Amino acid sequence: MTQLAIPLEDIGREYALAHLRMMVKIRAFETRVGVLFLDGQLPGFIHSCAGQEAIAVGVCSSLLLTDFVTSTHRGHGHSIAKGISLNSIFAELFGKVTGACRGRGGSMHVADFSIGMLGANGIVGGGYGIAVGAALSCKYRKTSDVVVCFFGDGALNKGTFHESLNFAGLHKLPVIFVCENNGYAQFTDMRRTTANENIASRAETYGMHGDTLDGNDLLEVIGAMRIAIVRARSGLGPTLLDMKSYRFSGHYVGDAEVYRSKSEVDLMKQKDPIERFKVKLFDSGWLDLATFDALQSQVDHEIGLAEEFARDSEFPLPSDALRDVFSEDILHDI
Amino acid sequence: MTSKRMTFGQATLDAMEFAMLEDQNVIAIGEDISWGGNFGQFRGLVEKFGSTRIIDMPISEALIVSAALGAAVTGLKVVASMSFVEFTLGAMDEIVNQASKFRYMFGGQVSVPIVIRASDGIRGSSGPQHSSSLENLFCHIPGLKVVAPSNANDAKGLLRTAIRDPDPVIYLEHKRITGVRSDVEDGDFSIPLGVARIARQGSSVSVITYSDMVNNALAAAQELEKYDIDVEVIDLRSLVPLDYACIEESALRTRNVVVAHESWKFCGFGSEIVAHLAEKFGGNLNIRLARVGAKSAPIPFSPILESQVVPGVAELVQSIGKILGIELPTIRGV
Ligand SMILES: Cc1ncc(C[n+]2csc(CCOP(=O)(O)OP(=O)(O)O)c2C)c(N)n1
Ligand SMILES: [Mg+2]
Repeated sequence: MTQLAIPLEDIGREYALAHLRMMVKIRAFETRVGVLFLDGQLPGFIHSCAGQEAIAVGVCSSLLLTDFVTSTHRGHGHSIAKGISLNSIFAELFGKVTGACRGRGGSMHVADFSIGMLGANGIVGGGYGIAVGAALSCKYRKTSDVVVCFFGDGALNKGTFHESLNFAGLHKLPVIFVCENNGYAQFTDMRRTTANENIASRAETYGMHGDTLDGNDLLEVIGAMRIAIVRARSGLGPTLLDMKSYRFSGHYVGDAEVYRSKSEVDLMKQKDPIERFKVKLFDSGWLDLATFDALQSQVDHEIGLAEEFARDSEFPLPSDALRDVFSEDILHDI
Repeated sequence: MTSKRMTFGQATLDAMEFAMLEDQNVIAIGEDISWGGNFGQFRGLVEKFGSTRIIDMPISEALIVSAALGAAVTGLKVVASMSFVEFTLGAMDEIVNQASKFRYMFGGQVSVPIVIRASDGIRGSSGPQHSSSLENLFCHIPGLKVVAPSNANDAKGLLRTAIRDPDPVIYLEHKRITGVRSDVEDGDFSIPLGVARIARQGSSVSVITYSDMVNNALAAAQELEKYDIDVEVIDLRSLVPLDYACIEESALRTRNVVVAHESWKFCGFGSEIVAHLAEKFGGNLNIRLARVGAKSAPIPFSPILESQVVPGVAELVQSIGKILGIELPTIRGV
């Protein structure tokens, strides 16, 4: 497992701090959004990715702006790490017209095509084929762009997994399948649903490379991505990465979590990806407490500004409800 | 304007060729298409455009649609061949939850230029899983355009438009007419979506229909000339967008409307048109309305059973007679 991790020195202090900052930003965003939701200030429901930040950040920092990702219902981290503006995602969660999707999508459908973020998706397993199609398009257009397909362990048993990985392997498409394996799909743990728990071993079936890694170790995520990206960009085909992690919150914010024990959660929180990376930075002397506190308060300030922007923004006009169904206004005459 | 006689299938090939010559970013994907596809509508394209643009797909219908979508939102225009329309059902999640909603739920950020070609209708004893007409499933879904040509010339002009269209278009080609020849204009031309064609002018009754049922309606009209009944036949060509103006104008002129299609009458597309006319003109204008459609059973194999379920010229004639209050002899053999 551990040979995938790169040494901290490899990324340099500034870059390391940027990673930390991004993870902290996602955590702060999820935390604030959770509070607002429980307070009844946000409509709909929220799936928090707290605890899984190293995956979103390590994967997306390995990508260029021109590369693509498809995301999931637990996708705030992916969007933020890929570079969406905090204003735009925050306003979307409030259902405001300044939101990434003008308030039409909400938490589960945040997208920003200008940064290659092809959409969070409310359909489990919905991203596979879209990612493969985007990869086919990269190959056809002879760009060197790659596509990352994020999905959860619950999506492993969708038929679209087989259809998509088979085709990606067959055509050696530039796509990386990243399983955010938090061990649970809603309330059901993976052992109850999945015959072969060695997810990476599935890769062989599809003629691609597979790896299992500690998704809470940022340096391991970055290391695995480096190899996968070189493989993808040089036409050597896709990679399947099983990144083990854990979600700190329930399936959705407000979940009573009757399906897992408090002791399990406490134990897993010991493996907090942010804390682990912080320790490495402290040990290396690249970070001290004062620097971290400054970073944290900068991030909190940024989140506060984005929230303010979202609150101050207008709701969409009622007439917006019938816009963009098609490229032109086609309304049934009824 | 010169023209040539060719089959519906050949006419679609013409449109494909013009589209692919015009725009490098047009590709086609589907099962067996480099061998011409199940009905020959792709014959010869791989020789002209190569296997990077005419891509054979595994029997993975969900992938065919989702890959088309992923490619379309990253710069390509994709024609996805689904072969029999029943096979689109394996991709209904991708059509209904993804392709139809992308523009809307992402706030108008993105266009979805895909054409989903599917062969529908009765060809004669193809049995319950290869004979259906499923247009109403698609028409029901906001965000999908639906086209169902009745002849080779329209097939060419409408496919040309469908491929250029920035929205997902379901292009339905009736199996019984795929091999039927008629006059097709030479050269490159397109027919706008949402413009019906008056296939035959008449004053006694309006038959509003599409796809192969247009041909039945024309045959019925000829038969009814003997009885001095002057049938108008409206070929809708496109169901979404729908040419309401043409329908209303004809209905107000003849005051007798028969809406006919091969798909099931119950909850069929005809119900929508009848309901529209009833709501808009009901009561005071005295328009008589009738529907002709299949009986509510799967389409059976045995020829004698098949003709029990699916309406043809005889049923049209009977329905027209009934609406006009004229007793007509039963026609046989059609
Ligand atoms: C096709 C489909 N089936 C079921 C659901 C309901 N659902 C939403 S999230 C979820 C669990 C997904 O688990 P996983 O993929 O492991 O992602 P996680 O929530 O753990 O991040 C389920 C069953 C859905 N959204 N889509
Ligand atoms: Mg999970």
